[in-house]
Amino acid sequence: MNIDQWVHNNTFHHGQFWDFRHMVEAKEQQNVKVSLCIPTLNEEKTIGKEVVIFKSELMSRYPLLDEIAIIDSGSTDQTCEVAASYGADVYLASDILPEVGAKRGKGENLWKAIYQLEGDIIIYVDADIKNIHPRFAYGLLAPLLYRPEIKYVKAFYDRPLAFSQGIRPSGGGRVTEILVRPLFSLFFPELTGIIQPLSGEYAVRREVLQDIPFPIGYGVETSHLIDVYSKWGMEAFGQTDLDQRVHRNQATRDLGKMSFGILQTFLSRAKSLGIMPEMPNLHPSLRQFQAREGSFEQVEYHIVEEERPPMITIPAYREKFNIVE
Amino acid sequence: MFLFMAKNNDIKNALERYRHAMADKRDILLTNIVMVGEIPAPTFEEEARVRFMVDRFSEAGLHNCSADEVGNGFGILPGTESDRNILLVAHADSIFGPKVDHTISMHVDRVEGPAVGDNALGLAALATLPLALEQLDLALKSNVILMAASRSLGRGDLQGLRFFLQNNKRPIQCAMCVEGVQLGRLSYSSIGMVRAEINVYVPEQYDWTRFGAAGANITLIDLINKMNRIPLPKRPKTSIVLGTIEGGTSFNTIATHALLRFEIRSESAEVVHDILQQIEDAIAETQSETNADIKLDVLARRKPGGVDFRHALVRRARAVMRALDIEPRMAPSTSELSELINHNIPAITLGLTESEKQSQINESLKIEPIFTGMAQLIGMLVAMDEDGRHEH
Repeated sequence: MNIDQWVHNNTFHHGQFWDFRHMVEAKEQQNVKVSLCIPTLNEEKTIGKEVVIFKSELMSRYPLLDEIAIIDSGSTDQTCEVAASYGADVYLASDILPEVGAKRGKGENLWKAIYQLEGDIIIYVDADIKNIHPRFAYGLLAPLLYRPEIKYVKAFYDRPLAFSQGIRPSGGGRVTEILVRPLFSLFFPELTGIIQPLSGEYAVRREVLQDIPFPIGYGVETSHLIDVYSKWGMEAFGQTDLDQRVHRNQATRDLGKMSFGILQTFLSRAKSLGIMPEMPNLHPSLRQFQAREGSFEQVEYHIVEEERPPMITIPAYREKFNIVE
Repeated sequence: MFLFMAKNNDIKNALERYRHAMADKRDILLTNIVMVGEIPAPTFEEEARVRFMVDRFSEAGLHNCSADEVGNGFGILPGTESDRNILLVAHADSIFGPKVDHTISMHVDRVEGPAVGDNALGLAALATLPLALEQLDLALKSNVILMAASRSLGRGDLQGLRFFLQNNKRPIQCAMCVEGVQLGRLSYSSIGMVRAEINVYVPEQYDWTRFGAAGANITLIDLINKMNRIPLPKRPKTSIVLGTIEGGTSFNTIATHALLRFEIRSESAEVVHDILQQIEDAIAETQSETNADIKLDVLARRKPGGVDFRHALVRRARAVMRALDIEPRMAPSTSELSELINHNIPAITLGLTESEKQSQINESLKIEPIFTGMAQLIGMLVAMDEDGRHEH
């Protein structure tokens, strides 16, 4: 598929979806349930506003969401109390599917949400968005309601627009532009059409979510893109411009850890897809330097990108959703 | 309904029902605070915020949803019978400029952010009110005009409301000004006021040795000392509020410009006039002593007036507050109320909740009292509607 053509046909702006009544009609006609999942870990400062805005605009005023759920990784602040006080369903990730054990990472929460939540579509939204607005959910949901062939809608922010001095570069953050985009360009050129492959906001049909594995750490977004692309092709993707997103900025050192995790996931996919069948064993340790009193010392981080299998392989899931082999 | 013909217990029950209805709309009301409050709206730049309000009015099915040529936003909740009109007005502008981070945060029991009380909550109340009335199945006889007023604060000098009252063709029988804070506020009269700005300029090539002065700051302080020596009568109540002082640019540069913003407030228009005259004299004296260029700009004037303490509107308001266990705090106003009084429209100003750090960037509103404040607002609206019915 021509990338430009895909970008033209499958790229949206949230402003296109201003008619909420029309969206509610489409949802009712299709008889689909929609769940909003917010993975959290110590997000008491932003979670209250996020929950109350989604509940007001997309449940009370326009019934587009059937449930709003927090999947928490064990916050030690008031995240769960604040979320519950504004009407969210609050779940502790470790309480969901206890028979498979508990792992720590955002991907774990996203994966367990597939079991816990009822929606035919699940919208994932990060909890640390300062300028939260209903568009962060409806902008991702709408393409799924209006375009049956689309299965996975990613958010992006700050669309490329002509400006006074011509065209300015636009795209993702540092890890996207320095690591992920070069990798996709080399191995999956069509995926470069996705403007912000690492954005934490996306809406996905259950039929897709249950069929793909979930790295529990940094690699979850990258693996999703590769897996969905490999199984369903570019036609399955959509992307929506949600304008600006204000959030915490991460230190370069943390981005190093993130890149390390993403690279592990990428290489493991490259191996399993036969792109790079011969690969030596990878060392799961990232080494960074820090200076202390005039001397340099090495700090070693052990980062292993564990994966959860496709949810459909979990017996309890098949039972809960009446899935027969 | 005849809420205010009813017995005390019936009044309490009705108000409690209103409070519950508002609590049911909690998520919508809080979201309205956030969404309206996060749109910067410094005076004269309220357009985006007013557009949001008009959209809300329109979505609620109100009539005549529109913005006028000075940027006021409107929606009309049509009455069932009469051609009476009740005006509910909340000012749309805030004291914070567009460069201020307008992010609002929600905690378990409070909302925090710049201008949440003045006046994001007042606007959110107007945006949510039609939905609450619908839930309560309260069909009022009177038309209710909901107005987000532009150009209210500071240099705005109530231009938005003044424009509306000068050009409006619908007769308005009574009005309520809705302010976010403080719950218990009951204003029914306006005091005399002059709002002014004094700018002190000294030339950059000032001859310091000759005049022995130390720049615009010292000149302004000298002037302020003179203002402080102006005797203020205890009756009628009178005060001079020195609101803002600015001057200079750094530690070690002699200031060439200093600024004072102040208000003279009094129950008597004559006293306000007399004090302004004395300040002008003090300016002339300081100018002759220093050769500094001192400019006085009067930005706004208010005349004292208003309805009587025993006016039906005030009695109703006190009854509603009493039934909700709200302690009324009577205070005269210099805001929208005074413009309504100028047009002989009986009006009151009410506050909706309690706040801390008022007018600061991290102003904090208590959530729970808001529902009592909103019940008070609905109770007053019903009372105004009923008064109109008896008149007919």
